[in-house]
Amino acid sequence: MKRIGVFVCHCGTNIANTVHCDQVAEVAKDFPGVVYSCDYKYMCAEPGQQLIQDAVREHNLDGYVVAACSPRMHEPTFRKCAERAGLNPYMIEQVNIREQCSWVHADKEKGTEKSIDLLRMAVAKARKNEPLSSSTIPVTKRALVIGAGIAGIQTAIDIADNGFQVTLLDREHSIGGRMAQVDKTFPTLDCSACILTPKMVEAAQHPNIEMVTYAEVTAVDGFVGNFDVTIRKKARYVDFDKCTGCGACQEKCPKKVSSEFEMGLGPRKAIYVPFPQAVPNKPVIDAEHCRYLLDGKCGVCKKICPTEAVDYEQKDEVIVERYGSIVVATGFDQFDISKYEEYGAGRYPDVITGLHLERLMNASGPTAGKIKRPSDGKVPEKIVFIKCVGSRDEAKGRPYCSKACCMYVAKHATLIKEKMPQSKSYIFYMDVRTGGKSYEEFYKRTQEQYDGQYIRGRVSKIFQVGDKLIVRGEDSLIGRPVEIEADLVVLAAGMEPRADAVALARTLGISYDQHGWYTEAHPKLQPIETHTAGIYLAGVCQGPKDIPESVAQASAAAVKATGLLSKGELTSEAMIAECNEAVCAGCGLCISVCPYKAIEKKKVSERVHGQMKERVVAVVNPGLCQGCGACTVNCPSSAMNINGFTNEQILAEVDALCQR
Amino acid sequence: MKYGFYPGCSLHGTGIEYGMSTTVVAKKLDINLVEIPDWNCCGASSAHNTDPLLAKALPARNLALAEQYGLNDIAIPCAACYQRLKMSELAVQKEETREEISEIIEMNLKGKARARSILEVFSNDLSEERIREEVVKPLTGLKVACYYGCLLVKPPEVAIDSTEHPLMMDRIITTLGGTPVEWDYKTECCGGALSLTRVDAAVMMTAKILHYAKLAGADCIATPCPLCTSNLDMRQKAAEKALGISINLPVYYFTELMGTAFGIAPNELGLDKHFVEAKSLLQNISAPAGQ
Amino acid sequence: MGSIQLSNTVPDSDEFRALLKKEYESDLSLCYQCGKCSAGCPAAFAMENTVRQIIRMVQLGLTKEALTTYSIWVCASCETCSTRCPRHVEPAKVMEALRIEAKKAGLVADKRADLFNDLFLQSVSNHGRLHEVGLIMRYNLLSGQWFKDAMLAPSMMMQGKLKVLPESIKNKEAVAKIFKNVQKKRGGQK
Repeated sequence: MKRIGVFVCHCGTNIANTVHCDQVAEVAKDFPGVVYSCDYKYMCAEPGQQLIQDAVREHNLDGYVVAACSPRMHEPTFRKCAERAGLNPYMIEQVNIREQCSWVHADKEKGTEKSIDLLRMAVAKARKNEPLSSSTIPVTKRALVIGAGIAGIQTAIDIADNGFQVTLLDREHSIGGRMAQVDKTFPTLDCSACILTPKMVEAAQHPNIEMVTYAEVTAVDGFVGNFDVTIRKKARYVDFDKCTGCGACQEKCPKKVSSEFEMGLGPRKAIYVPFPQAVPNKPVIDAEHCRYLLDGKCGVCKKICPTEAVDYEQKDEVIVERYGSIVVATGFDQFDISKYEEYGAGRYPDVITGLHLERLMNASGPTAGKIKRPSDGKVPEKIVFIKCVGSRDEAKGRPYCSKACCMYVAKHATLIKEKMPQSKSYIFYMDVRTGGKSYEEFYKRTQEQYDGQYIRGRVSKIFQVGDKLIVRGEDSLIGRPVEIEADLVVLAAGMEPRADAVALARTLGISYDQHGWYTEAHPKLQPIETHTAGIYLAGVCQGPKDIPESVAQASAAAVKATGLLSKGELTSEAMIAECNEAVCAGCGLCISVCPYKAIEKKKVSERVHGQMKERVVAVVNPGLCQGCGACTVNCPSSAMNINGFTNEQILAEVDALCQR
Repeated sequence: MKYGFYPGCSLHGTGIEYGMSTTVVAKKLDINLVEIPDWNCCGASSAHNTDPLLAKALPARNLALAEQYGLNDIAIPCAACYQRLKMSELAVQKEETREEISEIIEMNLKGKARARSILEVFSNDLSEERIREEVVKPLTGLKVACYYGCLLVKPPEVAIDSTEHPLMMDRIITTLGGTPVEWDYKTECCGGALSLTRVDAAVMMTAKILHYAKLAGADCIATPCPLCTSNLDMRQKAAEKALGISINLPVYYFTELMGTAFGIAPNELGLDKHFVEAKSLLQNISAPAGQ
Repeated sequence: MGSIQLSNTVPDSDEFRALLKKEYESDLSLCYQCGKCSAGCPAAFAMENTVRQIIRMVQLGLTKEALTTYSIWVCASCETCSTRCPRHVEPAKVMEALRIEAKKAGLVADKRADLFNDLFLQSVSNHGRLHEVGLIMRYNLLSGQWFKDAMLAPSMMMQGKLKVLPESIKNKEAVAKIFKNVQKKRGGQK
């Protein structure tokens, strides 16, 4: 019979306030198999671990149970402690009497009772523990970065600089993302393109970076160290090997389409480069609008192309590539302002968003940098900014703060005053949130030097009278309704997850919150990691951020990804499935439910009544199995077991609970 | 198509022309309106300003009566009555509330009756073609400011259309051959609830609506609500005085405009019962079809 | 202006806010004072305090001040505020709750509005339906506005809009019973 030790932790007062730890330790002494039991203030601390190791040696323990916090917190600690005491690390159990007991109960007697029950079960399980060992799997030394905005670009450059191969993938024709649409950046007001384009070019020319644009991830198989990623490269209808980017096709194309990059404020052609600094700077054909692809007429671009690069026959291409790690940097969508019907958003052309204004201010934008209202091209004099549109608004389904708007509105007000000294900006706000280096100072300058009139209150209604927009709000500081006759209204539309963020999360197998932002493994201590090993997050796809924050997170993600790639091999999970071939019927149900494709069929020969017979059984690939247990619960003959969580062990726990 | 009909107190008094026009227009469109026998007052704002239970119970008796007579779709012309009945209907979907209210009204309430605005019935249960079929005198050239008021579209849970920019009535006017004007005071409150207690405030609120309708270039206003109509029509003189300008906008129930386009005689629609003279504008505009 | 003693007013008014939450489903802790309610309020011009300010009074424990303000009686229950409120505070519901509570506490500022509601419900309770003429005449008489809207009466009479005699439903008792049962329920609760 195994000799089991029990160690009950007080966790200071965290557990001891709601659980009589000494009583628990005392009762445990009578559990079958327990030869030693004690309690201590901090089991995870150095003296606590020493106490455990001494007890293991002194009482010749085969295994032990620690009643403490969540195994997520300290299981690795206590496994290592076991190793130092000369035990196989899988001979121990940790039972959670903190998160699942003391923190959620108020009654000390009941808390004690529950702790005893939890411990009783763990001891029953520990008695059936067997030594386990892990194996190793090789790592594919190559990373995939999904999304090539500033976060994705920075991640790719950092990984590449560290000497690893990276694929930088984007679904748009050009890399650059949202930052490419922005005119100037806060708090320094340097031109966005001037700081972004060198990075875009660097990414494109880096020997370790393979740039794959106009492509999407459609499937991800495999696991940390070896992800098999299916990528669909959309047809461009232009042969990039032949195209020189001369631009003749773009000039001659007769089909005008509203430009997505210009937020619908200007036109583009059906064969086009989205913006002048685009990388790659070669055109693609928009199949939805191309006259030739739609009804076989036109063909001007093909005729005019001097290098015969236009190829209407091109098809989408699907490839599968293997990567050791993946960084997700898919960014955000701007909140759809038409949900604010009270602001006439979507009905009035002069009620625009921050991104629209960026394009109107940009020298290469549709107005060549002159701010003109979309409706009639008039230069606006009175401009109203409304903050928290699609942010901090539960009624519109967006309760969170989008974080960057307070600063970008201050930036807009500043730049407008600089461009048009006769103009006046009115800014409706609820709170001004300018946490960040040099941010508050910037806000102050907006009021002090750039005449920004801040009004505390949320606007209730905007309506048009003649060519003016009447903005009606309350100045909540004076407590009276106010009205402004504006020429232009800029809504500081918040950030929301990409419309297909959830679909990509499902493809990748990563988690997301109720809004669709990707969830980090720990809100404070693991803000880069996802719950899925080998997949990391960078930029706004994890939650609203501004550029500096996105870049910081991008470099962090690069470190995480290279850290993984720099390992030659990974230690595989020890608590994985194993098939008892003697009872396996070979039905294959486990194969169909395994999310990691870790189970295969194999033939075994055996002697039955003196004759050799062949039979099919399941076999688990230890490199792929993650120990999720889906196979064990589906196995009709109970042949599948998770090592360290066998059916026998689970039943022993149930028995211990029922037989108390 | 058969509906329970809840006229409400106003349609027997100040909103008499709304009742007249609704009845004849419905008949023309083969909509069978069966008045809920022995219906009672919904309690209006006085009930919900006094006691939330009373505010649910008074309309609930009508819901229960409708259920009893198998009239589960209740068509309601008055916007105020609609909102009160709808609120009650929504409240009694909760079993606990339904039991409580059943006890108070001493009737068995199943929660099956649906309160529906007559505007929404005309819009959703009839095709545009069906309405167009009846049009013999299209409202060609008539610029109409469709004014919905609050009660059909607020709060959102009772809304029959967008709370900020509804279009149901606008579409009907278009079908009738008229031209709805684009304006932004469609759902601003006219102060109906203050009409008797705070006439000064009500007149100011009414004046703003009239002013913006006029600015939008409307020839007249169309409404689905007797409270709004009495404010906009009856208090238009006072509003003109407050604004210091002439407004002179006839205020029609949308059903009166439907009836006019259907070729129904003005007096059958109650067009003679307006404060701001309402007959001549329609006489001038409605030309026989084909001209 | 003396300081508001928040260390007293806030805890002392916990009960009132709890009552609003329980009886009227109005949770004022949700309000972050953005002012969208007051900004869109069509009656704000006639109020001495905006809706937002009244909610603030209750948040800070100035309960009596909130109940006695004339503004709650200027609210036309148009629900614009509730429709646009970003936090689902439903200010219109709060105003309604305050009117009911003001009446209960005998703190009604607008006696005329109160009188109107009472007369309205009396009419409904007596006849099952509202008798508009009766209501208006009694209201004008009792509120001392004898000749209010008298100019409008003759033309309304001509149009058939004014019915001199009240219209009663058959089962008047059923409606009267509703009033009684509600009262009984209220009495039973106390």
